[in-house]
Amino acid sequence: MRYHTPTSFSDAAAIAAASSGTLRFLAGGTDVLVQMRAGMVQPDDLIDLKHIPGVDRIERTAEGGWKIGIAVPGIVLGGHAELMRDWPGVVEGMNLVGSTQVQGRATLAGNLCNGSPAADSVPGLIAAGATVTVTGPNGSREIPVEAVPAGPGKTNLARGELISAITLPPRGKNGGDAYLRFIPRTEMDIAVVGCAVNLRLDGDKVVEARVALGAVAPTVLLSDACARAIIGTTLDDAALIALAKAAEGEAKPISDKRGTKEFRIEVAGVLARRAAKIAYDRAKGMKA
Amino acid sequence: MARDDVKTGYKYVGTRPNRPDGLDKVTGRARYGADFSLPGMLHAAVVRSPHAHARIVRIDASKALALEGVKAVVTRADLPTGLTGEDLNLQDNTLAGDRALYDGHAVAAVAATTPLLAQDAARLIEVEYEVLPHVTDVDAAIAPDAPVIRPGVADYSVPEGMHGNVARYMEFGHGDVEAGFAAADVVREHTYRTEATHQGYIEPHAAVGQLGEDGRGEMWVCTQGHWYIRRMCSAVLGIEAANLRVTPSEIGGGFGGKTTIFMEPLTLALSKKAGGRPVKLVMSRSEVLRATGPTASASMDVKIGMKKDGTITAGQVYFRMQGGAFPGMSPIGEALPCAFACYDIPALKHEGIEIITNRPKAAAYRAPGSPMAAFAVESMIDELCRELGLDPIEVRLKNGARNGSKSSYGPVYDVIGLQETLEAAKAHPNYSIPLGPNQGRGVASGFWFNHGGETSVSLAIGEDGTATVSIGTPDIGGSRASIGLMVAETLGIPYEDVRVNVVETGALGVNEPTHGSRATFASGKAAVIAAEAAIREMCKRAAAEWGIDAEAVEWRDGAAHPAGPNAGKFPPMSIGEIGAKMGSTGGPISGHHEVTAGGYGASFGTHVVDVEVDPETGRTTVLRYLVVQDAGTAIHPAYVEGQYQGGAAQGIGWALNEEYVYGPDGRLQNPVFLDYRIPVASDLPMIDTVIVEVPNPGHPYGVRGVGETGITPPLPAIASAIAGATGARIRSLPCSPPKVLAAIKALKKG
Repeated sequence: MRYHTPTSFSDAAAIAAASSGTLRFLAGGTDVLVQMRAGMVQPDDLIDLKHIPGVDRIERTAEGGWKIGIAVPGIVLGGHAELMRDWPGVVEGMNLVGSTQVQGRATLAGNLCNGSPAADSVPGLIAAGATVTVTGPNGSREIPVEAVPAGPGKTNLARGELISAITLPPRGKNGGDAYLRFIPRTEMDIAVVGCAVNLRLDGDKVVEARVALGAVAPTVLLSDACARAIIGTTLDDAALIALAKAAEGEAKPISDKRGTKEFRIEVAGVLARRAAKIAYDRAKGMKA
Repeated sequence: MARDDVKTGYKYVGTRPNRPDGLDKVTGRARYGADFSLPGMLHAAVVRSPHAHARIVRIDASKALALEGVKAVVTRADLPTGLTGEDLNLQDNTLAGDRALYDGHAVAAVAATTPLLAQDAARLIEVEYEVLPHVTDVDAAIAPDAPVIRPGVADYSVPEGMHGNVARYMEFGHGDVEAGFAAADVVREHTYRTEATHQGYIEPHAAVGQLGEDGRGEMWVCTQGHWYIRRMCSAVLGIEAANLRVTPSEIGGGFGGKTTIFMEPLTLALSKKAGGRPVKLVMSRSEVLRATGPTASASMDVKIGMKKDGTITAGQVYFRMQGGAFPGMSPIGEALPCAFACYDIPALKHEGIEIITNRPKAAAYRAPGSPMAAFAVESMIDELCRELGLDPIEVRLKNGARNGSKSSYGPVYDVIGLQETLEAAKAHPNYSIPLGPNQGRGVASGFWFNHGGETSVSLAIGEDGTATVSIGTPDIGGSRASIGLMVAETLGIPYEDVRVNVVETGALGVNEPTHGSRATFASGKAAVIAAEAAIREMCKRAAAEWGIDAEAVEWRDGAAHPAGPNAGKFPPMSIGEIGAKMGSTGGPISGHHEVTAGGYGASFGTHVVDVEVDPETGRTTVLRYLVVQDAGTAIHPAYVEGQYQGGAAQGIGWALNEEYVYGPDGRLQNPVFLDYRIPVASDLPMIDTVIVEVPNPGHPYGVRGVGETGITPPLPAIASAIAGATGARIRSLPCSPPKVLAAIKALKKG
């Protein structure tokens, strides 16, 4: 195994492009190192990105959004008061990953690139309309987060490409987001179902919404049907029932050791309702 | 040594000093199994079957052996032949013979100079398998079309005509059950199922073994019983017990799972092949879950008759239990006697069978068999109570066993404390807290026999008047502190002046493991008798000094005293004074005691749990949990409470989410703690405890074992609380959210 410590994303991309064997990037390492220890993967090239300047920073963008470095760990996101005020749903999703120890290392970029449909931080990012900067041998491009996952353990990034930053849009006024997941325990578990809702109000009415469902399909789903179910409503009971129905309709889960198909479909609807209420209350400026 | 008077008002017994192993454990100094290393030591890795059932056609280790640094490979061909009975089962489980019998069954092992190299080498060992039909479910294994896994496995007890996977049959009972059912107002009959669960100890199995060409060996190992390790390894490898010296490490949990061998003999076999270099083998978590003893899974038919006033008129059970691919491992022999052990019922019939499946060889798990039996019987009693509108504690008080009751399995109970636990539970504030919406309360009682067993203890007086106690039962739950307290009480010296050590196999007579909740009872009883022997000797020394008869000397407050005015006027001679000159007064002073300890008294408990169930997701939250249990005498109450809380925590896990999930391919789907859902700390409330003390007449301080009973009531108590919260009765554990939600929905549909 060759261990690389590039000091720029272009160098990292060049090393990755030149690698012909098994390749892994190391940000927090909370997936890669565990997989290596378990004998699931034995990389030929391991590229540690933490030596690249700026990867541990959270910065305001010129537009008023946030640019988050790829090595910023969950515990730092959770401790960032302004970010928490803007995007509590994104941060609470990330903060559900693993234990306190894992929170000290685990990153949004790693959670996304691990490719798990159950990744807790991904629905929140997708609902928020976050984008990622993808750097490759031929330069950088900006793509939405939902364009990254391709299926369990797989991404749409080409060989030599890697994520060099995550950007959250400006929060703007009267918006709120929330993420809920279902696990049978209270922590240290993998989402059986996850759901993030991001919405904006005009008065009492929902005027914009994005809903993302986790662990009910091969990738995290961005659901237009769910968004349509609540846009134009005051999130009254009829809207919540329509949202739950839409979520159930969108969910295409499997039965496995973590839960049955029927259970996941039903709970997708329950979580969509509950997350929407929290997001709505947050948009209203109520504590939730 | 039955006692008609039980002392009270102790100076040390019943206090809560710091645990002697505490500082080492919190600072990381304590040496667990994997912490031991020796010069020149090699590291081992194991090749395991990926198939639930397969013929092993060929094993080719040539590529592994060609690696620089690989020193030895062992397969079954390296082990002696001609073993029979359980010795053969142990050997078959250590390394598969011609067939791999479960996913994770060891097939070969390799030793190399580093752990990573050993793992690389293990991957290079080529094994050719011919996959055979398999079965992993306890009921599916006796379906007509189920493959017979081990032809001829049935013992003498199995009636003709039973399925070829049935290894054992049992039946017993008393009274006329048909007449009993006829006399009942309500008779109900249901089938209950429990899934296999793992002991879930935090410390994986680990050992360093060394065996020379001369056949003399040594082992350092994490175990509940090092004499068992010695006997089993000796049998599997064909060496003499005296030539294997076994030293136990500190132990990070066992719960019964470390009372046998799994990979330990491999360290010795590899060491011998590697020219006597010591070999270390540490299991991964996945290896622990795939290849060490979980408990049995069970399918249980129960029929109970009850009168409208709550009187139970008759009970009948038929239990089916699987303990993996080896006979004798299911706890059917314990589950059946435990089924109705809490009750005095005029007519009972018990039947049960043990079934062989393609699962790992089960091991003991905290009150083996009792939690499953309690789930079936206590759940049904709760169902009857709810149907008839009766209070579950009153029904148990009415039917519960008392002093002198003939037990459901034969013997007459001596002094027991079931009724006292029920009264204490009834009086506890938790039993009358009002419940909110979606909340329910469950009550269940539980039982464990407890155990005495082969015990050997030695005690030596130091030159400064302190005492060293050598015991052979590894300390899992605080037995060193408890034994130290009892010895301090007996000798009349401060607890801090007593050090209790768990010593190696060469230092004492044979000791059974720390199992059956016996360590504080049996090693404690032997230590007290050993201390009394030392006291007699010290009185003799004082008598000689004073020139009076030994009978005229009495021992109190850590010193010899003249027994009365007639004995003469001498100032007390302290243990320190006697110790200081023992070399010139007759030599070292010690006491020892060897016994197969009897007089262990059963421990009964009653639990009360409140849960809240999310009606939209089926998720259960434990709101509050109360354990009431009879400890006889609580020597170190904090440790007793710890046992109560630990048993409840494991039982809650078993009830709610823990289960072995097998795929259609017979492979274990969840061999990691991420998916084998043991409760995490935040899942549980602080578990309330009440220690009931009905002293055991069979122990000098009244001790009853307390380690196991506590895991028994949670399974039915939780299921009954969920029934109270939702109206839905879960008769198949675990009460996982998908199952509870489906049951709630089915109820709504009517």
